[in-house]
Amino acid sequence: MGRIPPQYLINRLITLLLTVWIAATLIWIIPRLSPVDPAEIMLGRMAAGAGTVENADQILQSLRARFGLDDPLLVQYLKYIRNVVTFDFGLSTASFPTPVSHLIARALPWTLGLMIISVTITFFIGNALGALMVWERSPKLVRVAIPVAMIFTSIPPILSGLLLMYFLSAKMRLFPLTGSYGLTVEPGWTWSFAQSVMYHGFLPALSIVVVTFGFWALGMRGLMITVQGEDYTKLAEAKGLRPRYILYKYMIRNAILPQITAFALKIGLLVAGQILVERIFAYNGMGKLIYDAILDQDFPVIQGASYIIILMTALSVFLVDLIYPLIDPRIKHER
Amino acid sequence: MTDTTPTRAEHKLARKMKRFENPWMNPKLLWGAGILIGIIVLGLLGRIFWDPELVFTGSAPLKLPPIGFENLRKQAGIWDFPLGTDGAGRDLLALIIIGAPNSLFVGLLASCVGMGLGIFLGFSAGFIGGRTDDFIRVISDVMITIPPLLILVVFQAAYGDVSLTMMALLIAAFVWQSPTRLIRAQVLSMRESGYVQMARLSGASTMHIMFKEMLPNLVPYLFGSFIANVTTSIVTAVGLEVLGLGPQRIPTLGRTIYEAINSGALIQNLWWWWGIPTLLLAVMFIGLLLINLGLDEVSNPRLRKLS
Repeated sequence: MGRIPPQYLINRLITLLLTVWIAATLIWIIPRLSPVDPAEIMLGRMAAGAGTVENADQILQSLRARFGLDDPLLVQYLKYIRNVVTFDFGLSTASFPTPVSHLIARALPWTLGLMIISVTITFFIGNALGALMVWERSPKLVRVAIPVAMIFTSIPPILSGLLLMYFLSAKMRLFPLTGSYGLTVEPGWTWSFAQSVMYHGFLPALSIVVVTFGFWALGMRGLMITVQGEDYTKLAEAKGLRPRYILYKYMIRNAILPQITAFALKIGLLVAGQILVERIFAYNGMGKLIYDAILDQDFPVIQGASYIIILMTALSVFLVDLIYPLIDPRIKHER
Repeated sequence: MTDTTPTRAEHKLARKMKRFENPWMNPKLLWGAGILIGIIVLGLLGRIFWDPELVFTGSAPLKLPPIGFENLRKQAGIWDFPLGTDGAGRDLLALIIIGAPNSLFVGLLASCVGMGLGIFLGFSAGFIGGRTDDFIRVISDVMITIPPLLILVVFQAAYGDVSLTMMALLIAAFVWQSPTRLIRAQVLSMRESGYVQMARLSGASTMHIMFKEMLPNLVPYLFGSFIANVTTSIVTAVGLEVLGLGPQRIPTLGRTIYEAINSGALIQNLWWWWGIPTLLLAVMFIGLLLINLGLDEVSNPRLRKLS
């Protein structure tokens, strides 16, 4: 086990803060440049609900004041940054007056749960298969069949999700079509609820797993080929160590390390893929939240949810960066 | 059996030798390129031999199945609309003829722009070094973490309709990071190599060294990164379209899938409506992956031994 050099830690921390700050700023600037006025959208919704709105101008004024749209831009920006730091994204305009943070807090556990499960499964399956493809002693079937199966792993999870949903849910009725738990079960820490959650979560997780394990398997294959040619592997073989021991302790142990860095680069895409999967399965996570917010033109929710997802992504990259020197002592961090 | 074995082995060896002569002619690369060219040809020939006006709403009967299938109303597919029609009366063949090249176009344009930026920034960072390098490195580290889809969702939710080109350029703003990092790393390692030193000693200009001496060595890597970016761009574009964003008036594969899901095509068993665009996109991604695998073999000869 290595030790994290302080300079390295500081640099990673700066990158993390910069990422979050730039993302937050982008999210703030973009809607400001557009001609759409959130107060008018709310008023439009009231008008659509009630037929007519009396004192429309006054309501518009008070709404604008409520959202702080009359302040100078710099003041708005500073307020926004302060709110973002405290996770206060204001009130949802579609389900007014629910705070956006409540909506996110409700959706986030679903997304995180699905993500952690599918990513863990994918990482292990993918790396194991990638290693077996190169290992000389693995069954012939593994070395021939997997590369063929690998071709299908280039498609994004939304497409595999649609196909699985059609065949397993709509046609064979093995799994529920949409939702994250059954309508008849009460949410809570009960066995029937957990069962329902697992039953509903299986297909979304599967559609992510089947198309993402290939990325790791391919990377692992390339790394294993390199490790196979190294002198220490040759020496281990010459010493007459058991092949299985060489596979685990010499080959995989060394080949897995760059895979972990690759993981940090891949998180962003995984998150985006999962959001789309959640949208087609109407899974109660962030994907559905964002999709519904887009339909309702609910800007505070879109902003808040996007920000939180980017924050999560940046945090996980940061964590991977921190773990890396601990498992690979060879790495010297110049900066 | 005894006769064929040696000849077959010889044949195999001969083929292998041929492949080593020119790594660019490996079958994966050729297959992948063939698939993509096929999609482009479909778009070009389709516009000539098929009526592109059929992408408009109401230009055909609703929910007709493809040839050889029946829909729930017991209607059989007819040759006027060989791949069936969707719930708004659009011909699916016309939809994919117009839509598939659009997706590929977004991917290629975004990736080209991203690659141009990446080459420029990567070389600047690796070659100039110092503050410039620090700045470019930190910014690309930061931007590689931010998922493009989310920023683009915010953008499009605020602006509404965008054109295809606009969407491609927006995506391009998020795909320059990985070529930048790749080129920077390669440039740093090449900078001290013999031939670059030689060029520098013989008084070549920085531009000459960067683009005439170093760039050609990077071509396989650049191609690999380019294709990976095309995939990322198309995935992002399709993602936006499936969320109901993206161009609203141009038929795209993602938008067709979005409309199909929203109209409950899965439950109504209208599989051709979402299935045909899905399959076409899948084929497109498989083609891109094959090209990428082929390019890996070009740049990393060790991989060739195994396949």
